[in-house]
Amino acid sequence: MYERKRHARDINEKSTWQELTVGAEIYEPATSLLVNTGEWRVNRPVFLEEKCKQCMLCFLYCPDSSVPVKDSKRLDFDYMHCKGCGICMTVCPFDAIKMVKEGAE
Amino acid sequence: MIRDRLSGNAAVALAMKQINPDVVGAFPITPSTEIPEHFSQYVADGEVGTEFIAVESEHSAMSTCIGASAAGARAMTASSSAGLAYMYELLYVAASMRLPIVMTVANRALSGPININNDHSDSMGARDSGWIQMYAETNQEAYDNLIQAVIISERSRLPVMCCQDGFITSHGVSNIELLEDEVVREFVGEYEPENYLLKHENPLAVGPYGTSPYYMEVKREQAQAMKDSMPIILDVGRKYAELTGRSYKFFEEYMMDDADVAIVVMGSSAGTGKEAVDRLRAEGQRVGLIKLRTFRPFPRRPLAAAMCKVKAVAIMDKAESFSNSGGPLFNEARNSLYDLPAKPFAINYIYGLGGRDIRVEDYYNIFKELYIVLENDDPSDVYRYVGVRDSRFVDEEQRMVKEVYRPGAAKSYGQNREEYEV
Repeated sequence: MYERKRHARDINEKSTWQELTVGAEIYEPATSLLVNTGEWRVNRPVFLEEKCKQCMLCFLYCPDSSVPVKDSKRLDFDYMHCKGCGICMTVCPFDAIKMVKEGAE
Repeated sequence: MIRDRLSGNAAVALAMKQINPDVVGAFPITPSTEIPEHFSQYVADGEVGTEFIAVESEHSAMSTCIGASAAGARAMTASSSAGLAYMYELLYVAASMRLPIVMTVANRALSGPININNDHSDSMGARDSGWIQMYAETNQEAYDNLIQAVIISERSRLPVMCCQDGFITSHGVSNIELLEDEVVREFVGEYEPENYLLKHENPLAVGPYGTSPYYMEVKREQAQAMKDSMPIILDVGRKYAELTGRSYKFFEEYMMDDADVAIVVMGSSAGTGKEAVDRLRAEGQRVGLIKLRTFRPFPRRPLAAAMCKVKAVAIMDKAESFSNSGGPLFNEARNSLYDLPAKPFAINYIYGLGGRDIRVEDYYNIFKELYIVLENDDPSDVYRYVGVRDSRFVDEEQRMVKEVYRPGAAKSYGQNREEYEV
């Protein structure tokens, strides 16, 4: 009658109690990728690609893995998970990251 | 079947040996200390394959059980009183993670004043933690309940607390019928959870953060598990009866079929109550007793039906809840009667706190008061104490102990209490 969902992608804020997993167990890795935890960010880092020398310090220091890297190059921020702490801006030796108020241009 | 004589603690420790759990994490506390003590001897003697973890506190004992159970192990522990209170935070975690942990409790009063003797205030404090709770009258029941609890817990995916009365049954030695080790091992079987942390085929995360859009659904699902445990408890009881001839349900009815008045009670005090019932029956009084075994889940409908066989019930609480409206058992048992058109008077007696004995004579008085309620057709104050020294009632108590109730006599008794009600 009611079917429990097994995958995190099938469970959301509309799911009924019957659809949740027993004990809220999670049966797959990396489910945090599905959850927007960046929504309470106050300050937003902006990536200035022309100044970036790809030193990867921001990637190393980011406490929330919000600096995606592909083929040895950092990409733009993962704003779904970035909390706007500004550590990346502080450690960047090339002023390639600036912080702006969330919502500002 | 093996006949022996054991204390409740020794019986429970032996049941644990026969169950042979994967992990036991425990910390000693009076009066359950002997359980981990006996059990660690079994471990030292190589009689069990259990990993015994001598933790530094009860908080860690329950944390150990939670970790072990989530990892896929059959985990057990034992505690009492302040130790159980120190587990409090983790009790809720174990239940919400739906981990089948079995804990044996030798009930003891909570401080203060500091006291090591029996009442139910420790486990009653944990009554809303989401654990199944079973109470034993005798050593035999403590042993039997623990073996059944393993299966009940694993099938319902809820933790189970098996309670016995500290010192009264935990240290009192009495005759007991034991099962052979292999019979118990076959009855409880192997623990084969569907998902567990050490199962490499399926990644698993447990105990996630439940934000407000999810928390309530998780709790509702947990409430359903408690409901769904009811048929499981009956089914395991039936299977255990096939094995032993001893049958277990939610409660036991004693001399209830033609009774006018009855006691509802949990734990060892039911034994004293039955003695009072026997003696009063010999005098021709139609009195009965209901001994509640499962307080969680609360068997609302069947218990109400059983109480409705009589015209007045005394519901006995071995714990105060300082609610100014009676103890926890009273409130739930009386509540279960509310929707019924014809229901008995229900009177609460707080008794036995901090190891205060309840005597056969105390039960005489309770039955007498129930008859007086019937005769007056008025319950008067339903929130009462028995066995407490009270300046207002000293003369009256002495008179009541001497007199056996006869219809028409002592009509005023119970009424004069009302004038003291606030």
